[in-house]
Amino acid sequence: MTGPATIFDRPNTYIGKPEPRADAARLLQGRGRYVDDLNLPRMVHAAFVRSPHAHARIRAIDVTEARAAPGVLAVYTGADIAAEVTPYVGTLTHMAGLRSAPQYPLAVDVARWQGEPLVMVVARSRAQAEDACDLIDADLEELEAVCDQETALSPDSPLIHEEFGSNLAWERLVEAGDVDTAFAAPGVTVVERTFRFGRHTGVTLESRGTVCDYDPSENQLTMYYSGQAPHMMQVILSKHLGLPEEDVRVISNDVGGSFGIKIHTYGDEIAAAVAARMLRRPVKFIADRMESFMTDIHARDHVVTARIGVTAEGNIVGIDMDDLTGIGPFSMYPRTSAIECNQVLNLTGAPYALQNYRARGRVVFQNKMLMCQYRAVGHPIAMAVADGLLEEAGRAIGMDPVALRKKNLMADDSYPRQSASGMKLDDLSHQKAITKLTEIMDYDALRTDQAEARKRGVYRGIGLVSMVEVTNPSPMFYGIGGAPIASQDGATARLDAGGALHVASSITEQGQGTNAILAQIAAGVFGVPIDRVRVTTGDTRNVPYGGGTWASRGAGIGGEAMLQAAHALRDQVLEVAGTLLQTTPEALDIRDGNVVDAGTGAERMTLADLARTVYYRGNELPSDTKPELIATRHYRVTDFPFVFTNGAMAAHVEVDIETGFVKVLHFWAVEDCGRVINPMLVDEQVRGGVVQGIGGALYEECLYSPEGQLLNTTMADYIVPMAAEMPDITVAHIETPSKTSVLGAKGAGEAGTGGAPAAILNAVNDALSPLGASLWQMPMTPQRVLTALSEG
Amino acid sequence: MTRDARITLTVNGEEISAVVAVRTNLVDFLRHDVGLTGSHVGCEHGVCGACTLELNGKAVRGCLTLAVQADGGTVTTVEGLADSGRSDALRAAFTRRNALQCGFCTPGMLASALSYIERGGSDDRQAIRDHISGNYCRCTGYQSVVDAISDVIREGDGA
Repeated sequence: MTGPATIFDRPNTYIGKPEPRADAARLLQGRGRYVDDLNLPRMVHAAFVRSPHAHARIRAIDVTEARAAPGVLAVYTGADIAAEVTPYVGTLTHMAGLRSAPQYPLAVDVARWQGEPLVMVVARSRAQAEDACDLIDADLEELEAVCDQETALSPDSPLIHEEFGSNLAWERLVEAGDVDTAFAAPGVTVVERTFRFGRHTGVTLESRGTVCDYDPSENQLTMYYSGQAPHMMQVILSKHLGLPEEDVRVISNDVGGSFGIKIHTYGDEIAAAVAARMLRRPVKFIADRMESFMTDIHARDHVVTARIGVTAEGNIVGIDMDDLTGIGPFSMYPRTSAIECNQVLNLTGAPYALQNYRARGRVVFQNKMLMCQYRAVGHPIAMAVADGLLEEAGRAIGMDPVALRKKNLMADDSYPRQSASGMKLDDLSHQKAITKLTEIMDYDALRTDQAEARKRGVYRGIGLVSMVEVTNPSPMFYGIGGAPIASQDGATARLDAGGALHVASSITEQGQGTNAILAQIAAGVFGVPIDRVRVTTGDTRNVPYGGGTWASRGAGIGGEAMLQAAHALRDQVLEVAGTLLQTTPEALDIRDGNVVDAGTGAERMTLADLARTVYYRGNELPSDTKPELIATRHYRVTDFPFVFTNGAMAAHVEVDIETGFVKVLHFWAVEDCGRVINPMLVDEQVRGGVVQGIGGALYEECLYSPEGQLLNTTMADYIVPMAAEMPDITVAHIETPSKTSVLGAKGAGEAGTGGAPAAILNAVNDALSPLGASLWQMPMTPQRVLTALSEG
Repeated sequence: MTRDARITLTVNGEEISAVVAVRTNLVDFLRHDVGLTGSHVGCEHGVCGACTLELNGKAVRGCLTLAVQADGGTVTTVEGLADSGRSDALRAAFTRRNALQCGFCTPGMLASALSYIERGGSDDRQAIRDHISGNYCRCTGYQSVVDAISDVIREGDGA
């Protein structure tokens, strides 16, 4: 194929330009199509009775009264649903030793977290279904709950799954070099800290939900899905409901935020599909906000004890860490709940040229909501541990944290290489990024301001992070372990009779601008104005097969497939044009919707003329010309398990030592996500990600009682960042294109969430340091800040 | 059990008469009975702001207002703001600044922003941030929303 220069230097390329999203018009006029907007003929509504206990044996459930309640069509217990599906188990073969128990959509004999569905009621309205739920009498024997991961492995702990003999789900040890010897060497300062990362969750503004419809005449199940991976969901429904894959159609229209929350298997959604099949009519289930907090996957929940060793000259000699993470009573299906711990082990210290590294991870069961992959899986933990220790070590040896980073970050000309944990790295720019960061934030001036402010009793802190982000995963992420999750994506480009370009892709849109970047790539590479491109995503019946949008893979993998498809269609169209114009394809180009002379740019014919000739007047073509005005290409990452990006970020905070409040004054992010397709969309991904990261660092926590009762299940009690307390965020870029594709794009969606918590942690501790206090627990709430100060 | 009541109200300029259960809130009535699905439900307890719409000239939470409370009133939803052109400048600015991603908070955000702009709110960034702090956005991080609102105020001032 033609080389990259030809593609990116084309006169009508849109790659690299801040094109506004075409989808915005619809959403701004209230014409979005979210799942709850659907109202199908004969549609009925589901509500669930959920376990009030974290751990309870189900003795009996009396649904007699509910069955007779107004509007009720059906009441299903766990056993009723279990008879219609096969159970699922959240393990993968490449996560050696990972175990989990079979899980059904509704609890059958034992409920294992507060909020686990017990009974499903289907009625003519949601209100009637909820009324009937109130009439159900569940006789439950409360069992002792395992909530604290730090005691879950003790021999006297109750067991969540008796058959396993312990509450351990998985463990892994990574060892490189010899940490003990390195730490024992003369002149090495060793700093140890214990980090606690609370549970938080995604809080998508559109809650989880689905409409499932079943047509018995064609044995067709259609799921309208608020999620990220339609083809994955198609396989799961097919497998567990016993339907041929081709009879399951999954449609994802507008999705009101996902962030990894809506990519898992939720019992209430599977039950909606089961009910639709049993009732032979559409069933809608929309989680209310309390159900969202109780049953959307939670994230993080790690306790990490870690040490760093550094010489007096500032050479980091190694990191030694132990991560203990609680994942709820099951490993989530199908992606598993061991991936986050695995990523923590893979990523800690990955920006730095470490010789010695030891990391142990243990994943334990507990009676809380399941923990699984949420935006920036593992990254906030890995970055906060490594860079938190690094800045603490800097304080211990009296070295500035920027100088300490520059001394230890991998050199920009040292790739390809591996991290101490064995990750293959290429095309990174840590040194450039930290240099650019300190320039745009005016680091030296901030330090001067900080010293001045301290004299006035004002405690400001500056915290940094150097980070990597896992993007564009290859089949080594899930597929290799047996997960029904495509690592490749497909794209189709089709010229219609009017000269417009229709494209379809297996990546999906949840607001990132997926559809916009597909249009940008296709328009420029093929050669039409962007307003002549129409994009289809999110329908298993109408798009090529592929993975969807997650793990910051949409632009890098789906974008490359789109580029290849558009380029292939261009070649096909020029072949036809050459025949029609009696010249060679090489002498022609497509620009702004016209076939032009490649040398002069003079118009030879419009694409509409060409297409109408092919479609309507094939008689004008030689009989041996068989034009194809549609092209499909697929792409996957080879040679690398992941395509890493890097970045550097900084937070400037002020800590009120009287109240414990942390005010974020400003935030800076330098991101290298390879080739930037749309700088506006990338900047907004970074900003939105940073704010979610700030949320995890300062505000957000799913608070459980010792008995496993979730205490904050309203938006008033679970605090997310609001506009008033968020800073403006300065974003800058370095572009080191990935060599794994022509497009050269890496992902950008998770960097902010992965890096911001470390920068905030470091900034707060920088502010507290003159007071002899420090805090290693997230979120860093006012109460925790005050406690740290009183202990300091 | 629930009682029903007949209500008559003007929605986006159209008179609507319907029988509703008295427990039905205004946003559910608009979404499920009238078919105006532009107003969204995020929390159902008045915190997230996704259901913010205009009732009798004031921005209200559609989830904290019962449909029967709108009897005899005038309601404008995000669809009405677009059809009448009142949200033209804001929509253009939101598009230009990419002040929306998933779009779920957007109808409420527009209603809040419009009430601020139309009553002469200043383009001071912190004042804008304070005003929209009743509207959760989980995607943008808010900066682009502030930019867009600020743009509209400045354009309106002839700046």
